[in-house]
Amino acid sequence: MINVLLITFAMSLIYISIANRMRSYIKILAFQGILLFGVSFIELKEINTVNLVFILLETIVFKTIAIPLFLNYMIKRNKITREVVPFLPNFISLIIVTLIIIVTFLISNLIEDPHLNKIYFVVALSSLFTGLYIIITRKKIITHVIGFLIIENGVFILSLAIGNEMPMLVNAGILLDLFVSVLVLGIFVNKIGDNLKDVDVEQLQNLKD
Amino acid sequence: MIGVYLIGALIISGVLFFNRNRKVNYLLIVVFVILQWGFTIYEYNHKNIYELFNFFKPDALAILLLVTLSIITIPAYYHSYKFFLTSKDIPNQRSIYFAAMTIFITAMSAAYLSNHIAVTWIFVEITTLSASALIYHRRNNNSLEGTWKYVFVCSVSLTFVFIGILFLSIAMQQAGHTDLSFPALLSHAASLNVFWLRLAFIFIFTGYTAKLGLVPMYTAGIDAKDKAPSPAGALLSSALLNVGFVGIFRFYEVVAATSIHSWVNHIIMIAAILSVFIAAVYMLKVKNIKRMLAYSSIEHTGIVMIGIAAGGIGYYAAILHLILHSFTKSSLFFQIGQVYRIYQSKSIYDVGNYFKYNLTGAMVILLAFLCVTAMPPSGLFISEFMIFRALFEGHYIFVMIVLLILLTIIIWALSKNIFKLLFTPPVNFNEKTVEKISPVESLSQFVLLGLVIYLGFNPPAEFVALINETIKNLPH
Repeated sequence: MINVLLITFAMSLIYISIANRMRSYIKILAFQGILLFGVSFIELKEINTVNLVFILLETIVFKTIAIPLFLNYMIKRNKITREVVPFLPNFISLIIVTLIIIVTFLISNLIEDPHLNKIYFVVALSSLFTGLYIIITRKKIITHVIGFLIIENGVFILSLAIGNEMPMLVNAGILLDLFVSVLVLGIFVNKIGDNLKDVDVEQLQNLKD
Repeated sequence: MIGVYLIGALIISGVLFFNRNRKVNYLLIVVFVILQWGFTIYEYNHKNIYELFNFFKPDALAILLLVTLSIITIPAYYHSYKFFLTSKDIPNQRSIYFAAMTIFITAMSAAYLSNHIAVTWIFVEITTLSASALIYHRRNNNSLEGTWKYVFVCSVSLTFVFIGILFLSIAMQQAGHTDLSFPALLSHAASLNVFWLRLAFIFIFTGYTAKLGLVPMYTAGIDAKDKAPSPAGALLSSALLNVGFVGIFRFYEVVAATSIHSWVNHIIMIAAILSVFIAAVYMLKVKNIKRMLAYSSIEHTGIVMIGIAAGGIGYYAAILHLILHSFTKSSLFFQIGQVYRIYQSKSIYDVGNYFKYNLTGAMVILLAFLCVTAMPPSGLFISEFMIFRALFEGHYIFVMIVLLILLTIIIWALSKNIFKLLFTPPVNFNEKTVEKISPVESLSQFVLLGLVIYLGFNPPAEFVALINETIKNLPH
């Protein structure tokens, strides 16, 4: 079951590389949140209230509901157009993201480690590199935030692969930091939308030497 | 005590944020400075005692950097106060500025003292978020661009650090341990899987270079230091740089005890030499004084990391260089704030003949120039000399030659611009509107530069003992 969920996650990465509209990006993010909830729920060895509340908070409330709503609000507020405007054609994006997944798959075969479930490793690393790829090749600032969130999802999968070993207090601190950083990024997207005529990276080229 | 400190600082910054009254504002800052110094003195007297669920431990490095930060805190607040007296003072913006600065200083102090690799990460992330409010202070398009780049690049970099921590915890799990505190990592270092350790080091090093200002992630810091008000820029290029160093150094201690030590040294050496090279190239070209100083910080962190990679006496020299650089660079940034008030510009084309308009300030610039280029009597001369000795003893002759050539280029570029600022009369400059700046405002810079010279030539025994204790875990 976990394998099915994780492979679906990898497929969602391929889909996001060729998606053309902002709406589908946000829907995929919400969908990935649900997938992550499924994976972490099955992974739970013992169901106690604290763990369950924590995972529910992190995946369903935070990743599936709060962030997509916030992104939708940002799109409406800044009148961002529906197209994502990639620098490269979708066909090349599709090839590159597929290559990313294949290469991470090959790398994971090099690891000889009985403790680590390799499929987690593959999906986590490909989600990291796909996020970076989306940041590099998309023109709108809000897609950069979405790329950052995809990287965060990859990190979440990697931390599941390891089994959460950090103390609860540290985990809570990390979660809070991530939440605030997304919020701060959102605030500045709004500021850029207010001050500049377009929310594009091309507006941000004044500071250089 | 650290619990009291964190809660106290949080309350003070909260009240600062909601308070609009100027007198209450400055009273609260005095209270915070007293709290900061009380905390520093307490930790100094309780060295190596665990605090707050073992998450914090004031070891030698933490104490050195905490004292450095507390010393810079006082002039940073004083110059912020002057900054608000002379530029437009909007209560709303002032309260955000001071609240953010208080959180910023608190997070940096906690990051120094942290004893757990993930707790360090949390506080470094908080420094990014609080710094964003400081950089955005002027609220124009350029500062918005600088802030956006800084927050975004730092967030992605810190995600890299977190991935590195996860790889490290895989390695620890294989060795049968779960504790990720620094003493546990140190004691189990030899039994960790080398493959995961290498991956962890690459990610953690790359991530923290955003704070340290080293190749590859240095870019965001340059814009941030340029766009932040000068007192905040001083903190960004001194104390925050030390935070990045702490993040890398504590993990370096762990890998130094393993078989990949020489591989790690090569990585650090390549990144450090590239940083000095990039600093040299850009300093020849750059026309904005603050950006020039930011590139000079990249040069100095490059030298510090070369000292670490060279080993031997280089370890001692690197820590000394880091602390002395903090004092030098912060005093230069404080002084540049006054330069901006006279010329209303940071461009090298618009400034000049500073001796005529602000004699004391010009003396500071001249002395700080000698200090930052590591000419005697600067203490940085001692540390750079020791780093060259370490390179020589470590058979890094080629690296040393390249470094010497690059440093010569940097000194030439820096002196060209500084002497233009000090002596050449400016073109189309209206002398009538020049603001008279009181010599008292330069006092703190003289104290900081005096510390640089004093600590370099006549270091107190306690100071030397603390540095030696910092590097005691590294192989000699």
